[in-house]
Amino acid sequence: MTIPSKPMLKAESLHKTFKVGSRFRAGGIQHLHALSDVSLEVYPGEIVGLVGESGCGKSTLGRCLLRLYDVDDGRITFKDRDITGLSQRELRPLRADMQMVFQDPYSSLNPRRRVGDLIAEPLRVHGKHSASDVQARLRELMELVNLSPDFLTRFPHEFSGGQRQRIGIARAIALSPSLIVADEPVSALDVSVQAQIVNLFMDLQEKLGLTYVFIAHDLSVVRQIATRTAVMYLGGIVELGETDRVLHRPAHPYTAALISAVPEPDPQGNIKARTILRGEPPSPTNPPSGCRFHTRCPVAEARCSAEVPLLRALGDNRSVACHFPLDGSAAAHA
Amino acid sequence: MPADLMTANPDGTLLDVRDLCVSFRSERGIIRILENVSFTVREREILSIVGESGSGKSMTSLAVMRLITDPNAIITGSITYKGRDLLKLSPKEMRALRGREIAMIFQDPMTAMTPVYTIGWQIEEQLRAHQNLSRRAARARAVELLGEMGVPAPAKAAGRFPHQLSGGLRQRAMIAMALSCNPSLLIADEPTTALDVTVQAQILELLLRLRTDFGSSVMLITHDMGVVATVSDRVMVMYSGIIAERGPKPDVLGGPTHPYTLGLLHSIPPMHGEKPHRLPSIPGSPPAPMGRPAGCPFQPRCEFRMDACASRPPLFRNGMQEASCWLAEKGMPDWAHERAIRAAGEAA
Repeated sequence: MTIPSKPMLKAESLHKTFKVGSRFRAGGIQHLHALSDVSLEVYPGEIVGLVGESGCGKSTLGRCLLRLYDVDDGRITFKDRDITGLSQRELRPLRADMQMVFQDPYSSLNPRRRVGDLIAEPLRVHGKHSASDVQARLRELMELVNLSPDFLTRFPHEFSGGQRQRIGIARAIALSPSLIVADEPVSALDVSVQAQIVNLFMDLQEKLGLTYVFIAHDLSVVRQIATRTAVMYLGGIVELGETDRVLHRPAHPYTAALISAVPEPDPQGNIKARTILRGEPPSPTNPPSGCRFHTRCPVAEARCSAEVPLLRALGDNRSVACHFPLDGSAAAHA
Repeated sequence: MPADLMTANPDGTLLDVRDLCVSFRSERGIIRILENVSFTVREREILSIVGESGSGKSMTSLAVMRLITDPNAIITGSITYKGRDLLKLSPKEMRALRGREIAMIFQDPMTAMTPVYTIGWQIEEQLRAHQNLSRRAARARAVELLGEMGVPAPAKAAGRFPHQLSGGLRQRAMIAMALSCNPSLLIADEPTTALDVTVQAQILELLLRLRTDFGSSVMLITHDMGVVATVSDRVMVMYSGIIAERGPKPDVLGGPTHPYTLGLLHSIPPMHGEKPHRLPSIPGSPPAPMGRPAGCPFQPRCEFRMDACASRPPLFRNGMQEASCWLAEKGMPDWAHERAIRAAGEAA
């Protein structure tokens, strides 16, 4: 797959900290380091998968990319335009070009509004369509997401989870955006329905030439859909590269452990063949020094707790943030 | 009969559920949630009950625990545990059994534990309710249990409140609580669904250890075929309130004889090998209990629908495997497998 040379979206050393706690409670105000020094480029027509465990910052990154959160430091460039400092008013016309699909199709749709109104809202807000155009566009959108146009007059509660997610997707593509950030769009769905929605995402990408940032915790879903994958751990990208390379020959020990932990529906499956990480991710309010993974890393050495590893290129279009990256061929058996 | 004299049947059957039906009276008539569910759990066995949301897998576990308290519920059939029918026990007898003989862990330990007491206190309470222990002895046992479950610094952890622990530690604390009275049967309802994969792997390893270290049987409710493959001995696949298929794990996962199991296995994106251009998926979504079709409930979504499907198929046995599908009557033909893969790839 050839990747065009010019990124559509470019994030450079993003930092994002949240304040948690309160002055009036034990512990006082603490700083949660959701993103530290994260850089990512998204090229037109590709699907970038963001994977990692809860609290690794993948959703925060997705939201920062769309300027739904303001970053503390760093720069975001969308289609050659620096959008880091744009005001909400200045951002508004750009919003039509970058949309989001949310995880929970139950809470992301207003229960009091009809499906037609929900999908038409972005069309009305951006005022590019006349009333009759809106109706035609609604039918077209429903067809794109494989729903009957008869459903336009119904309410969200009348639909199953999979159908609701289709409605959420129709709303996101209503304004023909070029970039969609999908935050765990299939995690809340049953397996048989999940496959339908993954297929829909892939179809729409082919038909409409979309670019996705696809956030998921399920590695098998990311393997299926993403061209490139970024693995995140405690607020930083630890490995980034073409999905097949990253998942089949992981260079970062965390990626290797994550892959090994995925239970597979193998009839002879047993747990002994796997490397199981001890402990849990440390708290992002008090991240470990040096490499953030060193507390759980099976190959950590003294240097890892002192020196922060930078994301560096390995050659095969892949970067890894590790002082002692795994040898590609050996990693497959680790 | 005193609880400690209770033993499993000589053939090793611990729990024998026969023709369990659960329905609810509602304004719109009787809603049938479970229809004629029968299964057994043997000693030191891990039985996985797998299905999608609304398949009735959680309802099955609640029925076994006698935790369906809705006055509009109608429960028929029998649930025989160590020779006694649980459905005929008085609430008091059932209370003595719960926790001591049959324990349960839930998906979300945050809501299953009380937030106002420390986890040590909660484990102690369980121990003291069922065993004649002093407070001090109960605390010592609680700390010991937490340690056995792999909680670091167990004495310190026992003094913490649930919200002060991470998800994985909370789940370990809940398993410690469930195992505190050495139950013969542990019902685990989606115990790892809320956890990250690396922590899930740790908890699954712990569940596997239960049968060797504690001699417990486990009834594991899950929606994740990967989890099923990792820990179970036998598998029961449920769909819309009925048993679709059941049998030993290698048979069911390796050669499913019900089209639903087949479709479910194919719709999981593979981690190895070639990526399908389109993921094979099952069209539509599972029916609501009120809209369950007559005959085979899977037929509207089934690739192999035929005239016979208008009547409900019984469980047909092929070797160790049973499936409620007319195709399975003579054993599922090879062409069915091939066609399913091909059709699903094209249709989706």
